[in-house]
Amino acid sequence: MSQKLLFRDIDEPGLNTIDVYRRRGGYENLRKALAMPREAVLNELLASGLRGRGGAGFAMGKKVSFLPKGSMDVYLCCNADESEPGTFKDRELMQKNPHLLIEGIIIAAYAAGANKAFIYIRGEYQLQADILDAALAEAERAGYLGESILGSEHSLSLVVHRGAGAYICGEETALLDSLEGKRGNPRLKPPFPANQGLYQGPTLINNVETLATVPIIIGMGGEEYAKIGTETSTGTKLVSVSGHVKRPGNYEIELGIPAREIIYGLAGGPADGRRVKLWFPGGSSSPVLTEAELDLAYDFDTMAKAGSMLGSGAIIVVDDSTSVVDVAYKTAYFYRHESCGKCTPCREGTNWTVKMLERIKAGEATPMDLDIMASVCEQIIGNCLCVLGDAMAMPVGSMVKKFRSEFEEEIERRRQEAWAATTTPEPELPLIQGAVA
Amino acid sequence: MDVRRFEHGSRVPGWDSAVDLTKDPSSIPDPATTPVPEELRAEIEAAMAKYPDRRSAALPALHAAQRLHGWCSPEAIEQVACVMRLTPGYLSAVATFYDMFDTEPVGRNRVFVCTNISCSLCGADELYAAIKDAAGDDPDINVRKFECLGACDIAPMASVNGTYVGPLALEDVEPLIDDIRNERDPLPAKQLRYRANAGAAPSTPADSDETEDRSS
Repeated sequence: MSQKLLFRDIDEPGLNTIDVYRRRGGYENLRKALAMPREAVLNELLASGLRGRGGAGFAMGKKVSFLPKGSMDVYLCCNADESEPGTFKDRELMQKNPHLLIEGIIIAAYAAGANKAFIYIRGEYQLQADILDAALAEAERAGYLGESILGSEHSLSLVVHRGAGAYICGEETALLDSLEGKRGNPRLKPPFPANQGLYQGPTLINNVETLATVPIIIGMGGEEYAKIGTETSTGTKLVSVSGHVKRPGNYEIELGIPAREIIYGLAGGPADGRRVKLWFPGGSSSPVLTEAELDLAYDFDTMAKAGSMLGSGAIIVVDDSTSVVDVAYKTAYFYRHESCGKCTPCREGTNWTVKMLERIKAGEATPMDLDIMASVCEQIIGNCLCVLGDAMAMPVGSMVKKFRSEFEEEIERRRQEAWAATTTPEPELPLIQGAVA
Repeated sequence: MDVRRFEHGSRVPGWDSAVDLTKDPSSIPDPATTPVPEELRAEIEAAMAKYPDRRSAALPALHAAQRLHGWCSPEAIEQVACVMRLTPGYLSAVATFYDMFDTEPVGRNRVFVCTNISCSLCGADELYAAIKDAAGDDPDINVRKFECLGACDIAPMASVNGTYVGPLALEDVEPLIDDIRNERDPLPAKQLRYRANAGAAPSTPADSDETEDRSS
């Protein structure tokens, strides 16, 4: 149905070693790129229309072209701090095909004029970090890293940096702080990392999947790559499908296919007799969509038009056996835990949202809490240094908006249950008339 | 130290544990009076050499110290501070920020059970309770809930000393704890590293055999 680019021969045994990778034509694209002038490589990236696969969906070629010209140290950071709930595509890519990522980093560094690169991998991915370390050593021995790569003037040092368990370090400026050995607090933007990033130098930050696509683009040509997918969302995308589906896992799809085809066709859909109640199209920070929106095309623009986002391409499916309150609680709880605490709206807002959801679960809430929750979410969005707070406010806000009647029903039901558990003989009058039969 | 709480459960304002104000502010430890194990020193120095700024090695250095000491004890932080020429206060600030650094003594086997959205949809909360129960009060096993570990395809899952295992059923809990107690590789049949790509098998909807194939 769709062609495999990133996941081509992904399960071939030994693909993580340089011999097998080279036998499959690995590092040939690097050779090709280094024979081209720097601008030509950049033009290929621009022509490909490749958009960042980490969440924001910013055009990668444009990001590279933002880097200032001049004789200063330019850094490249590969963001492998994949912590967005529901996302696990980079994990599989790094574990099974680390050399593709390394080749992509070398080519991107060449286009960006960077000679120091870092892979910031989350601390929990120990197996993947070990595999990357081994692959790095192989690439170094083969002369793909270090001084004057393949006889060209390009030199690059690459370091795998292991994080230590903080979701916020996936945010680009927090990642830079963490890489500098500090607490992972986001920085005020501007200046953007392209101008002042790591060690105050110009820095290019890209997701694993984005960088791993670079050799493929060089191989087939930017124009050719742009023919895959839709006009504004080019190429293939790895989607991680999880939750209530029969076959969870990573699938490579062509952007623009209907979401139903991914959830039902590839992942098998929810268990028999169950229906999709809601789904996150791009990780837990994307506003939820409902069953009615399953036929939308899965690409950046359609998802944005539907009021959500493609994000990291992580689809979490929730079927009708689960209460929406529980999903909202899990979501809010995660962001409360991971808030770095620097900005007040996020630190307090996530905390109070969790408390209000706990009140609902304990049967102590009133429908007014839903309005307060909506207003808290509104106060967070756009008022912090980074989007962690927004990432809680948007999905929880969308759940309250789209499933308000279910929230009200739940509030009423749990309130009456809590009431029944006390010894008071007379039941209280329902707060919402007709919410519960 | 227990955090003091009001009757209704809120924390009494202030710090979680009292600061000793009679002590001098910590300064960079003196190498002459701070013994550092040789292999730890070598590891930290190698890490520092990789970066343009030595402070960047804070996370790798703390990882190394935690591996050696079992947790980021004051002694461990002192040793890292001594080699990196930083104050222990700076390193404590870093260590307390990240989830993987333990600033309290813990059991040396770390079992992280993911209880985030995807895993909890597949029953992670019951799994956590069962693992916690099976581990009992074994001081060597540290079972804790963890936010998304990035393995929702094998939900519900756990990370056992860094090895991902899943999907775990409640019947797997006993053998898992048994493996941990006997220092064996945890549930090799369920380890993530041997799992094939989900899209590798031709996808024909509602084919139940295939689901079983992949999980074996």
